[in-house]
Amino acid sequence: MSIKTSDLSFKQRMRKNLNDSFMRQSIAAAQDLINEKRQQQFDELGDFEKWRELAADIRSHVLENLDFYLEEFVSNAEKAGATVRFARDAVEANAIAREIFCKKKATRAVKSKSMVTEEIGLNEALEEIGVQILETDLGEYLLQVDDKDKPSHIVIPALHKDRKRIRQVLADQLGYDGDDVPENMTKFVRGILRQAFLAADIAVTGCNFAVAATGTIALMTNEGNGRFVTTIPRTHIVFMGMERIVPSFKELDIMFSMLARSGVGARTSVYMSLITGPKASSDVDGPEELYIIIVDNGRSAVLASEFRDVLRCIRCGACMLECPAYRHVGGHAYGVLYPGPLGAALVPLLAGYKEYKDITKICSLCGACNDVCPVKIPLYETIYQHRRIIAEREKLTPFLEDAVFSVYGSIIGHSRLYRTATSMAHLGNMAPRIGPLKKWTKSREMPKIPKKRFRDWFADRENKKDEK
Amino acid sequence: MNVSFFVTCIADNALTNIGIQSIELLEKLACNVVFNPKQTCCGQPLANTGYHQKAKKSMRVLIDSLLEDECDYVVAPSGSCVLQVKEFLHFFRDEAEWAEKAALLAEKTYEITDFIVNVLKVTDVGASLNGRAAYHPSCHMSRLLGVKEPPILLLQHVKGLQLVPFKGQDKCCGFGGTFAVKMADLSGAMVAEKVQNIVDAGVDYVIGADGACLMNIEGRIKREGHNIRVYHIVEVLMMR
Repeated sequence: MSIKTSDLSFKQRMRKNLNDSFMRQSIAAAQDLINEKRQQQFDELGDFEKWRELAADIRSHVLENLDFYLEEFVSNAEKAGATVRFARDAVEANAIAREIFCKKKATRAVKSKSMVTEEIGLNEALEEIGVQILETDLGEYLLQVDDKDKPSHIVIPALHKDRKRIRQVLADQLGYDGDDVPENMTKFVRGILRQAFLAADIAVTGCNFAVAATGTIALMTNEGNGRFVTTIPRTHIVFMGMERIVPSFKELDIMFSMLARSGVGARTSVYMSLITGPKASSDVDGPEELYIIIVDNGRSAVLASEFRDVLRCIRCGACMLECPAYRHVGGHAYGVLYPGPLGAALVPLLAGYKEYKDITKICSLCGACNDVCPVKIPLYETIYQHRRIIAEREKLTPFLEDAVFSVYGSIIGHSRLYRTATSMAHLGNMAPRIGPLKKWTKSREMPKIPKKRFRDWFADRENKKDEK
Repeated sequence: MNVSFFVTCIADNALTNIGIQSIELLEKLACNVVFNPKQTCCGQPLANTGYHQKAKKSMRVLIDSLLEDECDYVVAPSGSCVLQVKEFLHFFRDEAEWAEKAALLAEKTYEITDFIVNVLKVTDVGASLNGRAAYHPSCHMSRLLGVKEPPILLLQHVKGLQLVPFKGQDKCCGFGGTFAVKMADLSGAMVAEKVQNIVDAGVDYVIGADGACLMNIEGRIKREGHNIRVYHIVEVLMMR
């Protein structure tokens, strides 16, 4: 996989997903459930506004001093025995991973959930050299066995599948013959994954946070797969987005709390693994070698841009769960790895406006995302600015649209022209329902435009007053 | 108190009763209301679609027309259009003279319920309407402009009116300006859910404070044929 997850056109994706009432019901139910839980968790914590201001300040501080903290992190991670490498882009990151696999003559890998490895297309890069890489997060595993279906949410990747669909996938792909009770299906998958953990040569994980003061990698998981992955194989490769840093454990504590509550509406994640270097001689478990690959892949350009705040993101997915547009089209409609408001804000920055301009349209500018973001990313403002850049700087909007808006801008830009045009607006009542009217009236009625405008009423009244 | 009325293009040309009732309401509350006919549109459809330069012409026209009469306040029956007016200064960052005028306009511009409650200090305008009502808090007005309480306070004082909470009350109705036609099917799905939730609440009326959202919601209600009346809050506040 890479940032792009679909070959369908924008229109095709929208139509396909809007017509998937099954998926839409799953997403709506999940949104309602998790949003309620999230609200409860933050009510319990206290003043959400204060907490998220603190969290935003921490993230901003790190981004402003990223060079300093990265250096500190690398130095401490190396002191603890890790090997740290930097990768400018996906190609470099994958090349480093392949090099390690070749050196170790490794053919089997287990992976715990990681967005950055999906972003760089690690699985495909390793499969090309004959490595079998298995996703061990339950959601990701279900997608992988379902002919490599794509995630539709960054924390809950199989959000678009309900238990009936999941049962079907397990039955079709793995011969599962049990019922659709989640516990039973999980037990079945666990049997398969346990074998894989034991047989794997190399572990691959992401990194939720990297603690600069100690060189520690912090991983939050809910299923225990992260713990298995980081304990059994002899080599562990961590892929880390360049901006994942927190200064110390004090800040980690706050970010951890915000992420668990925002992501799944839980007080904490079920597991938290803190990994500082490979296993020491006194340790019983753990990898003998730990590699940390720090991935840029467009991030330093964002850091230097007016959109730096977007890099505060801690990948909780709350904006997606709050978004009313995402609710109706689901993550696949975006056709990118990072869907929802975050995707509309981040993906054009990481991968270009030209190819990803359309996802900024999946937004009614309602601002709901801004209200739930635990690190106060100005998502609304970012998407709004992207639209300006797409229309005015990159000039990527269709010619006809640009022309229509030029005419419209001229009319409302001149009082007399506007008065003349609006005096004829009621004639539109008779107009054939084509173009925008047709689109509007597909789902709803048009209001009837009265012949007498408000300004006519007001002028009449003033005249009558004068007569008196 | 002198008030310059910014009618907004939707209330000027389509939902004209919103404009008419706003004038009557403000006059009833002892305001001296002027309407400058040079005003056009706030340019939001252009700006929200990305065409900031094309929108600036109308912003200049609006700034001059609303400041011309030198009233104490500018009042409009739409939180979304007021938000846009308050944002004008960001569009003129590099044009000092216009930025100054835009800042002055932003300072004196109020959404009408905000104006009534927080400037006129009135919460009971003596209105009455019998029945159950769903109030839709428009996104720009409540979330981005931050006007949440005033419309509720005013409606709570309407005799005979019962405000009924409903599922997804604060969620977007799917209008979103050009979003409603550029992404018409998605917008249609959003308003269909909004209307379903309103219908499930078993109300007689839907009340809102933004004509655009109401046009969207009413359009869907009519399409589905429900017996629910849609009112702008100023229309309700003028009922006796």
